Parts: sequence; structure tokens; C-alpha cells
Amino acid sequence: MNLPLYVQLPWFLGALLFIVGLKGMSSPASARQGILRAGVGMVVAVAATFLVPDLHNLGLMALALALGTVGAWLSAKKVKMTDMPQMVAIYNGMGGGAAAAIAAVELARGEAHGLVTVTLAVIGALIGAVSFTGSCVAFAKLQGLLKKAYRLPAQNVVNVLLALLVVGLGAVLVLAENAGPGLILAFFALALLLGLVVTLPIGGADMPVVISLFNAFTGLAVGFEGYVLGSPALIIAGIVVGAAGTLLTQLMAKAMNRPISNILFTPISGAAQGGEAIAGSMKELGAIDAAAMMRYAQKVIIVPGYGMAVAHAQHKVWEMTELLEEAGVEVKFAIHPVAGRMPGHMNVLLAEAGVPYDKIFDLEEINAEFGQADVALIIGANDVVNPTARTDKSSPIYGMPILNADQAQNVIVIKRGKGTGYSGVENALFYTDNCRMLYGDAQPMAGEIIQHLKSM
Amino acid sequence: MDGFIAIYIFMLAAFTGYEIIARVPVILHTPLMSGSNFIHGVVVVGAMLALGRAETPLEQAIGFFAVALGAANAAGGYVVTERMLAMFQPGKRAGGKEGA
Repeated sequence: MNLPLYVQLPWFLGALLFIVGLKGMSSPASARQGILRAGVGMVVAVAATFLVPDLHNLGLMALALALGTVGAWLSAKKVKMTDMPQMVAIYNGMGGGAAAAIAAVELARGEAHGLVTVTLAVIGALIGAVSFTGSCVAFAKLQGLLKKAYRLPAQNVVNVLLALLVVGLGAVLVLAENAGPGLILAFFALALLLGLVVTLPIGGADMPVVISLFNAFTGLAVGFEGYVLGSPALIIAGIVVGAAGTLLTQLMAKAMNRPISNILFTPISGAAQGGEAIAGSMKELGAIDAAAMMRYAQKVIIVPGYGMAVAHAQHKVWEMTELLEEAGVEVKFAIHPVAGRMPGHMNVLLAEAGVPYDKIFDLEEINAEFGQADVALIIGANDVVNPTARTDKSSPIYGMPILNADQAQNVIVIKRGKGTGYSGVENALFYTDNCRMLYGDAQPMAGEIIQHLKSM
Repeated sequence: MDGFIAIYIFMLAAFTGYEIIARVPVILHTPLMSGSNFIHGVVVVGAMLALGRAETPLEQAIGFFAVALGAANAAGGYVVTERMLAMFQPGKRAGGKEGA
């Protein structure tokens, strides 16, 4: 396809701005500039597309653009910081859906010719469709619309058979000259189903990795459809995201010590599988005791988790931290790589509350310090501080690196109830002698502690 | 496009993506995932091309759907990323109150 310069040049500029923007986003100082540049690139690329010669349906195009943009813009502005992970999931799913739909149009028109082109169109369609329904499931799970992990009997067999079936149908689409609409429809229906079936049994604890994986998938799908449409800008943006997303997924999976294949094929289900019975009992304490313990401590390490996020407690927690610091207590925050629902999720929430970066530490940086801490305050975190992961080989979370909160002199756990974490595994930490439970929502609890601290 | 040129583009783009992410602090993982999510929103350009060449009503409907989804991916991805990164603004709060 020979496009005029006034289309090619802006597209090139768009691709360049995407790469420069993404590069900018990889450092805190230039991150905002990065997204701004990428945004300019997007506007330029979209505007230039209207100038492509011989395009029909321009009115429809403008209408669809307006609908999608305004809808997503408003919903993204409104959503709370805590709910960002699922928003990323849903927008990612939409991108995947768009890539699949592009393939559907191209295949239906029968204009895609050549083995390579049709193959890439079909692969892109498959990946995009899986990413679409998979991301929708991820959204529903994080949004709390889907509470349980649904597992079919012989889930892995079903997954593999369905995947083989879809790939087989895809191969037929590639080899058959101008496949009929029935075949195309069946292919897309099964690809969409595959995304659902693969994602439904995966527990919430693994969602960050899954979202990241689907993000990489959508990137690849976009890159492949870019080839089909003859648009290098799409290829570059899509493949860059595909590669970056794959690496990011690996980093996350490594942090959880769960190979990606493990997450997809043997998900930790709702019920605890195996795991030794734990001796001892959970011991409660009141907010006033917690306040006193921390007020007269030398060093407190706070471990925030998803419970802090859902309770929107980050502002109260920071207020509490400031009071403790005024009293001369050294306070640090310890962030597990997969705390919350996405890596870095806790960092974002704490930054929102105004906690300076220099008080926030990674697992590797802080793990040695728990031994010197008087109090480890765990706010709505569970699996990431479960010492079972170090010791019990039969536990589903065995081998996951954890924060060594159990090594602190005292451990206080703010927790809504006696339930288990997302993995469904009992937490041995809660039963140890130096651990006390503070039952309640993180926000009111932090509020109570603040009241007591002020009166001390 | 010449098939082989495209393969070179695929390769170079893959390395670029890999290199960009290789040295990223953990605190930026979520914004970066969100940012890359925005960037693949460029699929909207592809969707516009597909809709622009659609002829039958069915093709038009699917194309319309694709453009709307792609636009939502781009717009939503941008706003979410921008909101996350707004909190990393240097000097806004960083180093605010140090311990007494």
C-alpha cells in the first residue's frame, strides 16, 4: 500500500513518540512527560488516519471515536485510585477486542491475501479475542462481581482441548481460500470462550500477572494486525508493548515464584490444598494496646496489603505514621512485589496519601531489618507474610518470597475477619506467640489508633 | 509491505521493548503496565483503517465496534496512567515531612 507522505510522516512521528514516551515512563522523574509525549503521538497518529485516501464511513468513524473516547475518559476520571488495576484490565481487554474485530473485518472482506498475512491475521485474532474475554473476567474478579474461582472438572484437559480446537480452526481459516462466514464465526466464538475458560479458575492473587500477560497479548495482537493492515506504526507500538509486557510479566511471576505456566494451568483454587494443620490460636488485642505498643517502640515496619487498599486507609495510615514519627519512632513501609493487585499498586496508593518514597522499601531492601523492628504492623496483607511459604513444602504458596514480618519482636495484624488470604491458605504467622490480631476495617482501626496516639 | 522488512521491524521493536523495561524501579511497574496499555491503544488507527474499508453492514458494524473499543483503550489508558503518574510529580510531596 502506497500512502502519501502526509499520512506516513505523522504515523512515523507517532511511533517515535510512543517509544520516547515509554522510555520516559521508566524513570520517576520523566514519567509524566513520557505519558504526555505518548499522548501527543496518539493524537497525531489518529488525526493522520483521517487523511488516508479512499476511506469510507468517515462519519461512522468519528462517531465511534467520540463514543469510545468520551465514555472511557469519563469513567477513567471518576474511578478511585484503589480500583485502578481493574480499569487497566478492562481497557486492555478493549484493545484486544479491537484487534480481534479488525481481523474479523479483514477476514470477512476476504481481502487478506498471502500465507503470512492471513496467518498473522488469524493469530492476532486469536490472541486479541482471548485477551478480550480474559481481561473482562479479570475486571469482574477485581471489581468483586465474580467472587469465586470457577473450576471445571479436568480443567487443564479442557483448556488444552479447547486451545487445540481453536488453533485447528485457525489453521483451516489460513489454508482454506476464502473461508465461509460460518467458519469465521465459529473460530471467533471459540477463541472468546477460550479466554473465559482459561481465566475463570485463576484466583485473585494471581491477577496481576494475568493482567500483565494479557497486556502483552494485546500488544502482540495489535502488532500482527498492523502487519495485515500495512501500518508500521501499529507493528512497532504493538510489538514494543508485547515485548515489554512479556518481560514485565516475567518479573512479576518471578517475584511470586510462580512460573507463568503454573498460574495458567494449576491455579491456586479457593480451598486450601494440603498444608499442615497449624497449632496455637489467634490472639486479639484492642486499638489502644496497638497504639501503645507502637508509640513506645523504637522501630515500626508497616506492611500494607490489599486490605488497606479496599478500606481506603492509606491516608489514615500516613496520618498515624506522622504521629509516630513526631513521637520519635522510626517508621518504614515494606512493600511486597505483589502486594495489592498489581506490582507497584501499594506504592501508588501510598504516594497518593503523601508518603515520601524514601520511607518505602522493597522486599530485598527491608527483609533483613524485621529482626531489629519492635513492631511489624500488617494492614490487610496476608499471603505475603505467611511463613508457611518458607517451610511447608505441601503448601500451595511454598517457595514464594515473603516479608519476614514474623521476625519482628511483636506483630500486629489489622484484618477484617478470620478468613484466609486470596490463596486460601491458613497463615501460620497469625498463630504465633508474638502476634496479635486487631479485627476490623483498616480505616476505622487506623482512626482509632490515631485517637489513642493523640491522647498518649 | 515487503514481508521481510516487516520481520526486521518485528525484531527491532521487540528488542526496543525489552530494553526499555529492563531497568525500571518496582514503584513504576503499575504505571508502566498502564502506560504500555495506553500505547497499544494505537489499535484504534488500525480499527479506523478496517472500518474505512468495510463495505457490507456487518463489516461496518464490526468496524464501528473496533473503533469504539480502540478509542476507549487509548482514552482510558491515557487518563488512568496520567492519574497514577501525577502522584509521582517530583517535589510535590516527596520528602515532605521527615521524622521528628
